Amino acid sequence: MNSKLSNVSRRRVLGAGLAAMAAAPMMGCANLGAGPSIGRVVIVGGGFGGATAARYLRLWGGNVDVTLVERSASFVSCPISNLVLGGHKQMSDITVSYAGLEAAGVKRIQGEVVAIDPQAKEVRLADGRKLPYDRVIVSPGVDFMLDQIGGLAAPAAQEKFLHSWKAGPQTVALRAQLEAMRDGGVYALAIPKAPYRCPPGPYERACMVASYFKQFKPKSKVLVLDANPEITSKKGLFEKAFADHYKGIIEYRANNELKSVDAATGTGKLEFDDIKADVFNVVPPQRAGDIARTAGLVNMNSRWVGVNWLTMESTAVPGIHVLGDATFSAPMMPKSGHMANQHAKVAAAAIIELLKGQPVSAAPVVMNTCFSFVTARDVIHVASVHQYDDKDKTFKTVPGSGGVSAAASQVGGRAALAWAANIWADSLAS
Amino acid sequence: MNHISRLTAVVLMLAASLAQAQSNTLGRNLAATCANCHGTNGQARGDSKPLAGVSAEKITAALADYKSGAQPAMIMHQIAKGYTDDQIKLIAAFFAAQPAKQ
Repeated sequence: MNSKLSNVSRRRVLGAGLAAMAAAPMMGCANLGAGPSIGRVVIVGGGFGGATAARYLRLWGGNVDVTLVERSASFVSCPISNLVLGGHKQMSDITVSYAGLEAAGVKRIQGEVVAIDPQAKEVRLADGRKLPYDRVIVSPGVDFMLDQIGGLAAPAAQEKFLHSWKAGPQTVALRAQLEAMRDGGVYALAIPKAPYRCPPGPYERACMVASYFKQFKPKSKVLVLDANPEITSKKGLFEKAFADHYKGIIEYRANNELKSVDAATGTGKLEFDDIKADVFNVVPPQRAGDIARTAGLVNMNSRWVGVNWLTMESTAVPGIHVLGDATFSAPMMPKSGHMANQHAKVAAAAIIELLKGQPVSAAPVVMNTCFSFVTARDVIHVASVHQYDDKDKTFKTVPGSGGVSAAASQVGGRAALAWAANIWADSLAS
Repeated sequence: MNHISRLTAVVLMLAASLAQAQSNTLGRNLAATCANCHGTNGQARGDSKPLAGVSAEKITAALADYKSGAQPAMIMHQIAKGYTDDQIKLIAAFFAAQPAKQ
């Protein structure tokens, strides 16, 4: 596929080159096809945003020198990870290798970025290496505001009150806690106030854990402690799923914000209530990932990164493009892996144009599709399309477009799994 | 052909090729928003509908039917309404030009 594609883009380059030659016959034939690199792009973070940016810079840019720095050995998907918690999928089902990106010409470094120097145009790694760049992409995901929940900063508390809001070892550990739990036990899930990564994710998780209890530990309960005044996404559909499938298992409580935790007793304190649970899953409030803060990119509410939506370039530091959950979202724009993939394509197109000294496309579009499993097979969705608004310099949803499923369905379930296969392949060239 | 008309021809050719390149890039970028479900360049995996190599007329007509409601859908009726008719034409032209198989 790649060779065919590069033929297409070469033909396009050739066409433009011929036109240029017609205008300036003395210019010669330099740089048609394989010439020197048009620029060096370093990408920090290999999640949906960073991986997609790496893939599309190579796919669309031709000779762009792309280095991807990611601390994990392989990609583990947050979408579908709730099915692992429910026992319906395995970790191997949600783990994707970076080999496809490497085959596409991306240089991959497994390592930790400790600093970005915009003056020297250099990314610095923990092992002392320095990577020079023309443009840098930071796709750091989220990190947790542990100080917002009393007691949670202690390492013992973080081991007991797992977030499992980044797929990987925490997914495995929470599944192990659920398997070890006695029948008749209580699983509590604390949800932070919006905005947080994956708005419908917590409610899908409640369904998946409940589906496991229903089959294997029928006397057990799922207690949802939501800091928000109501279910933040697909509300009616989740309420129906709770009632249709998990009556007597899921108990949902709105306006129940977790204030502190006690690792010794496994207790969580709310404003008026103490909750003791056998498995206490705490999703803390979130902000842009640490490296965004270190690099001086966080300029919105002390939590998120403001970006120019035409290029995804940070409004705080020139030359640094920021993708995904870490950005200060445009109106109605969710923090999702799907959206991070879409941000990455806007950034890749713009960076190639910037490296070539061409004008940046003025009318980008991004869209989001989000599927949630309410049983092992039945799925509900929400979709939205966001067009760039030149007047307000932001993305806006198109009136009349988007919406949620009419009802949960197995057709939706098949679409969700097909979506996962396609977005993993699209993001990781797998 | 005098000098001026020759120059005009060159300028027109340049402008046309520039406009073509710009709409190719725009079509490519717009079509990439579909890749999360329909595969990179429309080369889908699994149960998703492949779009690579499908004729532009077919894609344009299908999206128009989703938009109008003539063709009921689980999700495409919601997504199709987010794109203008001009954008749909560019997307359809892009997918039609892609090889059907990897």
